Amino acid sequence: MKKAYLGVLTIAAVALVTASYVTKAYAADYGRYAVDDRRSGYTYATKETQAIQDDDFENPAMIWVEDGEQLWKAVDGNANKSCSSCHKDAVESMKGVGATFPKYDAKLKKLKNLEQQINICRTERMQAKPWKWESNQLLAMTTYVRHQSRGMPVNVSIDDEAAPFFAKGKEFYYQRRGQLDMACKHCHEDNAGHMARANLLSQGQINGFPTYRLKWQKIGSAHRRFRGCNKNIRASALAYGADEYVNLELYIAWRGRGLPVETPAVRN
Amino acid sequence: MIRKTLETRRVDRRELLALFGAGTVAAMGLSLAGPAFADAKATDAAIMKATGGKTATMGKITLETPQIAENGSTVPIGLVVDSPMTDADHVKTVHLFADGNPNPDVASFHFTTMCGKADVSTRIRLAKTQNVIAVAEMSDGSFMMAKSEIKVTIGGCGG
Amino acid sequence: MAKTKARVKTPKSVKKGEVFEVKTLISHKMETGQRKDKKTGNKIPRMILNKFVCSYNGKTAFSADWHPAISVNPYMAFHLKASESGELEMAWTDDDGKTVKKTAKITVT
Repeated sequence: MKKAYLGVLTIAAVALVTASYVTKAYAADYGRYAVDDRRSGYTYATKETQAIQDDDFENPAMIWVEDGEQLWKAVDGNANKSCSSCHKDAVESMKGVGATFPKYDAKLKKLKNLEQQINICRTERMQAKPWKWESNQLLAMTTYVRHQSRGMPVNVSIDDEAAPFFAKGKEFYYQRRGQLDMACKHCHEDNAGHMARANLLSQGQINGFPTYRLKWQKIGSAHRRFRGCNKNIRASALAYGADEYVNLELYIAWRGRGLPVETPAVRN
Repeated sequence: MIRKTLETRRVDRRELLALFGAGTVAAMGLSLAGPAFADAKATDAAIMKATGGKTATMGKITLETPQIAENGSTVPIGLVVDSPMTDADHVKTVHLFADGNPNPDVASFHFTTMCGKADVSTRIRLAKTQNVIAVAEMSDGSFMMAKSEIKVTIGGCGG
Repeated sequence: MAKTKARVKTPKSVKKGEVFEVKTLISHKMETGQRKDKKTGNKIPRMILNKFVCSYNGKTAFSADWHPAISVNPYMAFHLKASESGELEMAWTDDDGKTVKKTAKITVT
């Protein structure tokens, strides 16, 4: 009995030492792009792709940031306001804001993500038409706002009213779906770092969204990515802005808590 | 179909292989029906046109290319030609070719002595693993050449 | 839709005789003519930027001919030798002959 007890202790001790060594090594390899065992998609990209993201001139996604800056100042809607009428200079007022979305909305009694918040402002405060999902304007504004949190840690709340929605998002993440009968976790948890045919699987973090994907040759939202992932496993893609996707967005954002916001990131 | 996805039924191995297999065959079929790729002949012809029939010698050009392209749609490449870029000795033009694309022509860069250096970077599209070939026309009428293979992976679960 | 946006990056000032890098980026779909319309099955016609010219105080210093193999949102960097202060003008021309221009001031000390 004593021998077995010692044996277990030794194994536990070795495991503990190994675990701490492994997590320390991660941070040493990836610097600010990793926190504990959470790695940004940046760390899975080739150095050529990283170089495109690292240079604000060479990053084509910065065109959308510039567009967003113009839209921020543009008057739109019957209330004759622009974003800047209420929010003044985005560089100051929006600092840290993007890093906290999605969040609970007391009026809607559910979560809202950044795109939805932008459209709430447009329809309710500016009396302007909401921008369509994945339109260049909505992408530009979402990117511009989230860009003001660049470098700051992802910081979403999963407590209080957000808790039940977080739970739903987590459930979606682990639920098998589609003809291939796979859950998000099969690629992004169980096989991060391994190849799926010719693609290197990442942890599926969204700290860099909206992201310029080389495959899309333009910037795109996290929901566009979710739809693509669902189609890949032969599951029905849900609508942009679907409650399930917003809940999922909170869960996935939490999966990347502490990682730096990289918007607009450049990925494969 | 919807019922099946709601029942979290495990797909058995045979079904999974059949699904993947069907996907691969479909993908192969698509690529066979797709655009015809340039062959060595078309690329050689394009190079001959650029040199006016003269032979190009390997050298003087450094091609900076990734070994494996993350994505064939945006492959960063750089090229530098070892030349003082003076009136007496400079690079006039560098032609860039890709021998596995539907069309081998990629770009032509025209320099003047106002450039100081024949050093250009850009991003190109590569349809598949192939060679990128640079042919430089020098001011003395000679032609230099360099070649670099870039692996392009296609097919995965990129979404 | 979104109009073509061009960007140019040059150093703030350069010494006479110094060789410096000019970076350019322009947003453009660079439609190759190979893609098929998913609904009709017809090929989407080619529409790319096929010519780039950089003029230094009115003289052509560097130019390029582009084919469909140049990526979407074309990025290109090249070098110039600083001679006098003045203006650099970049001009991109598409298959229809339409030109987009962007200038940058250059200060030579």
